[in-house]
Amino acid sequence: MRVAMPIEGQSLESAICQSFGRSPYYLFYDTEESFGDYKENSAPASLGGAGIKAAQLILDEKADVLLTPRCGENAAQVLREGGVRIYKTEGDSVRSNLEAFKAGRLEELREIQPGRHDHRG
Amino acid sequence: MKIAVLSGKGGTGKTLVSVNLAAAAGDSVYVDCDVEEPNGRLFFKPENLKTWSVSVPVPQVDPDKCTGCRVCVEFCKYNALAWVGDRLKIFSDLCHSCGGCSILCPEGALTEEEREIGRIEGGSSRGVKVLTGVLNPGEASGIPIIQELFKELKENQPVFIDCPPGSACIVMETVSVADYCVLVAEPTVFGVHNLGMVWELTRVLGKPSGVVLNKTLAEDNPAEAFCREKGIPIIGRISFEQELGLLNSEARVAAWEADKYRELFSHLLRRVTKEAKG
Repeated sequence: MRVAMPIEGQSLESAICQSFGRSPYYLFYDTEESFGDYKENSAPASLGGAGIKAAQLILDEKADVLLTPRCGENAAQVLREGGVRIYKTEGDSVRSNLEAFKAGRLEELREIQPGRHDHRG
Repeated sequence: MKIAVLSGKGGTGKTLVSVNLAAAAGDSVYVDCDVEEPNGRLFFKPENLKTWSVSVPVPQVDPDKCTGCRVCVEFCKYNALAWVGDRLKIFSDLCHSCGGCSILCPEGALTEEEREIGRIEGGSSRGVKVLTGVLNPGEASGIPIIQELFKELKENQPVFIDCPPGSACIVMETVSVADYCVLVAEPTVFGVHNLGMVWELTRVLGKPSGVVLNKTLAEDNPAEAFCREKGIPIIGRISFEQELGLLNSEARVAAWEADKYRELFSHLLRRVTKEAKG
């Protein structure tokens, strides 16, 4: 299974990023191989719709699940329609959340942030 | 002559000044560009109302023609398009209607359809033509409504534009047609900060401007001090008075209700007209 997570740096010791769409990097972790690779996120520079662009990357990387502290409405739509299940992380440790997910201890993310976050007008 | 009335923040008196300038002018046009919260119509209570819809083009996809090449997805700067599984997903509310996706689609799978974002109401009130832009709740940008409002303007009448608050894109769009800008300022430190922002905006856009000090009191006025420091002309003063507050709270046009306010706004109108003509 391929697990995606928004993270602050390119290591398993990096903290989980509190923003999904504007996270600097994503970890894609293969649970069978116990191996992770990292992708830089180009979405933070977007004029809008960063969450959609980030969700597109998660789909294109063929992740099965996303572990994240938060997720916006538009991104969640893209992810769910693309068949990605979303789980809520606890704390900011990448390793302990991967362990918790493998042990079935993470819950599906229920609260989705409404609307857009861009500047109006 | 087109006069834009603006202020950095809400509640400083843009509507008071623009409504009363139009009322003092008589044969004129009042345009409410504060499309998220238009309230000039509450004062004018225009008659013979006509309403028409404003829409913007957004893409729609023919799934039989779409091959999933993702040219449109890569192109859209606002990420209004995504390739989800095996189909194109369109977020119409993020679309800025540039039309690029349908131009670039190599399969001709994208066409444009109209999506309503708001409306314009036109009517009249004692010789003043009242135009109101109304943006539907939840819409990201009222700029297309402003552009439609301005198509209604003729050259032969004085026009008073009630601008949206702030200094964002929509305010720039509104100010772009103006010959002169009236900046309404209240005597607070917060008000001065926002006055500074709109004053800078008018300078960047090369628009002449002057300040109306609203809600003035006997004590020192930080907005007045700012104008003196920057050399901004003060073209009018409206004192903080219960009588005016009461008229306003009852949505009555002060210049039509009391001689002293008719004089105050007629005087301001003459000054604005003179300044606008340079």
